[in-house]
Amino acid sequence: MTPSHNHNQVPFFDVIIIGGGATGAGTARDCALRGLKTLLVERFDFTAGATGRNHGLLHSGARYAVTDSESAAECIRENRILRRIARHCVEPTGGLFISLPEDGIEYQTKFIEACRNADIEAEAIDPALALKLEPSLNPRLIGAVTVPDGAVDPFRLTVANIIDARKNGASVRTYHEVTRLLIANGRVEGVELRDNHTGAISKYYANIVINAAGIWGHRIARMADVDVKMFPAKGALLIFGHRVNNVVINRCRKPADADILVPGDTISLIGTTSSRIPYDEIDSMDVTPEEVDVLLREGSQLAPSLAHTRILRAYAGVRPLVAADNDPSGRNISRGIVCLDHKKRDGLDGFITITGGKLMTYRLMAEEATNMACSKLGIDKPCTTAEQPLPGSESAQKDKKSDTRKHIISLSTDQKAAEDRHGTLSTEIKYESDEDEALVCECEHVSVGEVKYAIENLHVDNLINMRRRTRLGMGTCQGELCACRGAGLLHKAHGCTERALADLHSFINERWKGMKPVAWGESLVEGQFMAWLYGGVCGLADFANKDKTDQ
Amino acid sequence: MTYKSDNISPNNFEECIKCTICTAYCPVSAVNPSYPGPKQAGPDGERYRLKKPSFYDEALKYCLNCKRCEVACPSGVRVGDIIQSARIRYAKSKPSLRDRLLADTDFVGTLSSAFAPIVNPTLRTRPVKMLMHSVLGVDSHRQFPAYSRSRFTSWYRRHKQEQEKYPRQVAYFHGCYVEYNNPALGIDFVKIMNALGFGVRLLDKERCCGVAKIANGLIDKARHDAEINIESIRRAGCPVLTTSSTCTLTMREEYPHLLGIDNSDVRESIQLAVRFIFSLVDRGEATLVFRDDIHETIAYHTPCHMSRLGWAIYPVSLLKMAPGLTLRVLPQNCCGIAGTYGFKKENYNVSQQIGQQLFDSIAEFNPDSVATDCETCKWQIEMSTPYKVENPISILARMIDFEKTRLANS
Repeated sequence: MTPSHNHNQVPFFDVIIIGGGATGAGTARDCALRGLKTLLVERFDFTAGATGRNHGLLHSGARYAVTDSESAAECIRENRILRRIARHCVEPTGGLFISLPEDGIEYQTKFIEACRNADIEAEAIDPALALKLEPSLNPRLIGAVTVPDGAVDPFRLTVANIIDARKNGASVRTYHEVTRLLIANGRVEGVELRDNHTGAISKYYANIVINAAGIWGHRIARMADVDVKMFPAKGALLIFGHRVNNVVINRCRKPADADILVPGDTISLIGTTSSRIPYDEIDSMDVTPEEVDVLLREGSQLAPSLAHTRILRAYAGVRPLVAADNDPSGRNISRGIVCLDHKKRDGLDGFITITGGKLMTYRLMAEEATNMACSKLGIDKPCTTAEQPLPGSESAQKDKKSDTRKHIISLSTDQKAAEDRHGTLSTEIKYESDEDEALVCECEHVSVGEVKYAIENLHVDNLINMRRRTRLGMGTCQGELCACRGAGLLHKAHGCTERALADLHSFINERWKGMKPVAWGESLVEGQFMAWLYGGVCGLADFANKDKTDQ
Repeated sequence: MTYKSDNISPNNFEECIKCTICTAYCPVSAVNPSYPGPKQAGPDGERYRLKKPSFYDEALKYCLNCKRCEVACPSGVRVGDIIQSARIRYAKSKPSLRDRLLADTDFVGTLSSAFAPIVNPTLRTRPVKMLMHSVLGVDSHRQFPAYSRSRFTSWYRRHKQEQEKYPRQVAYFHGCYVEYNNPALGIDFVKIMNALGFGVRLLDKERCCGVAKIANGLIDKARHDAEINIESIRRAGCPVLTTSSTCTLTMREEYPHLLGIDNSDVRESIQLAVRFIFSLVDRGEATLVFRDDIHETIAYHTPCHMSRLGWAIYPVSLLKMAPGLTLRVLPQNCCGIAGTYGFKKENYNVSQQIGQQLFDSIAEFNPDSVATDCETCKWQIEMSTPYKVENPISILARMIDFEKTRLANS
């Protein structure tokens, strides 16, 4: 263990983690809590990959109970842990598995038995009672089973892990892309990074590099001439304008397309489809009209009102499915956690890949990867992430000095909304002036104070980052009213007009990308209105044209 | 494919495209920074209330329910209804004794008109006003409308028989104001209808339309009264005419939207007398003959609920038929009283600030008197300006030649 360079001049870490999704963030937290000198690098923003593009479902495991009992047991264990350590990211809505006449009721018995075998509380209830619990249900249902499903906010969850990692000494670099793995003497010694804002190249060294880049981990492994065969499976989802349901609704049948409806914060999500896509399409995915049709057709079987509810946007994510090592064809695909020690597997020391798995099992994946790193480093410290609450989910401390909220007894709606988003950390949002209490995003109740807090504390470089940290621009108007206000506040922080305009321009286009597949009815009107506002009133059309002539 | 391009949501809240025109037109937002404004309180807040009822904001009580937001909305969102429904569903504060007294127009009206000679002067004395201000929270600046000693229905009973002679019949929903405060307006209405060849009936049972009960959170009572009214209207089997824009809006729109009462079979038969009369004249089915010896200048104030109905054209067109009248329609501004809202001491200042633009525009025009279809607008304008305010029906009664009109229509 004697790297060939001088520790005093180059940045040296115990461990470098590649990837700012839930797994990378969770691994950074776990490593930092176990006292490792940790660096996390992410080429864009946290949650920019699969973490930010899923259902946000806090699986009870019931969905896998019949087909994959091991995953089911993993899910319910992590489900109980997350309810404890990530209270502010989780909403314990409960879940229902409903049977429709065309599904038959036979599957239900098998399903309940499988759930119980996996230690998942599953109880059949009267369909009439189910309708009372969740009035949006398809009234044709013939059976219903309650399970401990819930909703989890992947953005909050990831950032809470990052905050805790930092609190315990980890360094974090977003917009830093790995361009090369530094390899010498049969071991990975570090990474070469490109700053994606400035283009500057730098090198960082570590005893161990952990590849937690999800589906993109395939490319990272390739940099070390190592093959981790991944099969990207695309899943498309639709976001509805408001909460249609307050309980997670699933179909009680073999898992299929569009059979989960999840209430997430102010909206409801239907998903997903599932289709294999070529690896070179993972960076540019569009939702097709066929996918929208399937999602709506199947979704309205769960809750009929989906057929006429306003749809805000459509998006798709990629599941990182890993082929078993002895099966390069990919026929034998695993959805379980894959933690590879490349020394054992490929003879390359100092390199670990953690992949597969699900959002639900991010903590367990982090634990496995950190265990492996610790054993390589000869560190014997137990994992504590299952017990220690994440920042924001600690039990509330009263009389916190930094709390400047004026109405401590009755919080304003934006302060309540901020509390839902940041948990106990919301007391660090400063409300020092009337302006701080003013709203930036009206649909999602995001105040100036909250935006400033995010800019100062949560790695916010642009409007997309800001959206992921605060929900700014995620509401009904999709950024129509708040994008320019947010850009103004960011401009105050960085002072560059050109950058603010370019940011605003790309944010609006990013919003439109998700609106386009569902652009009819009010969503189309909203898009048109947004185009007038930003193209016409704010003059961004000129900016876009200028951009084109410059190129 | 079964999905529809038209979205369906309660009171169309998802149709909102966040243009914020409603907030620009909200009279409360303009003067009270504690009120989040119709967009925030309405469609935006609704998403959060659906997430968790604890997101209900008590500041929604500042809403006047003037419905100007609904008039302004280009997308047909029933912003005012969303706000009022939220108050009904989520408000935790219970109506106070004051709110109950202000809301129970039938109860208070019955008592007060029985003792009108005592009640009227007493309510005007300073000690009583101060007492009501401090104990009840009814603002001391407010002048209670004088209660009439004899009620409209007492007059009507004496003239009931002659009404039955007319071959064509209409029913009259007189409302609390005509019954307890201004029977003269009801009498004017009956005389005009008689001259046009219509007999006037009353409903079997009439209760307060319920607007004050809805505004003060007495929803069960409001629903009970509303059911009685709609049942009576159903039994009447003829057009049911009114002389108050607010009672009309309440029975036509608030019953189904806020109280969940299906009035679809009778909704169209409920209308303001001015609309009914104008339509008769417009279709050539009736003739109004006007006196030529009266010359007056009149300013018409459009009550907010009249705007919501979209019916200001009817009283204005009717009054314009009178050759002796010079009529100007004032720019549409809220007078600020909004029924019982302005009587509450916590709202007094806001109420007067809202009304200021209207008061200024009246003073600028300086008419002989003001016309409006809403009794509470009348109280507010009369309290805040030196001008007398009348219902268009009463003005019409002064302007027409009853003898000649009767002959022309017989």
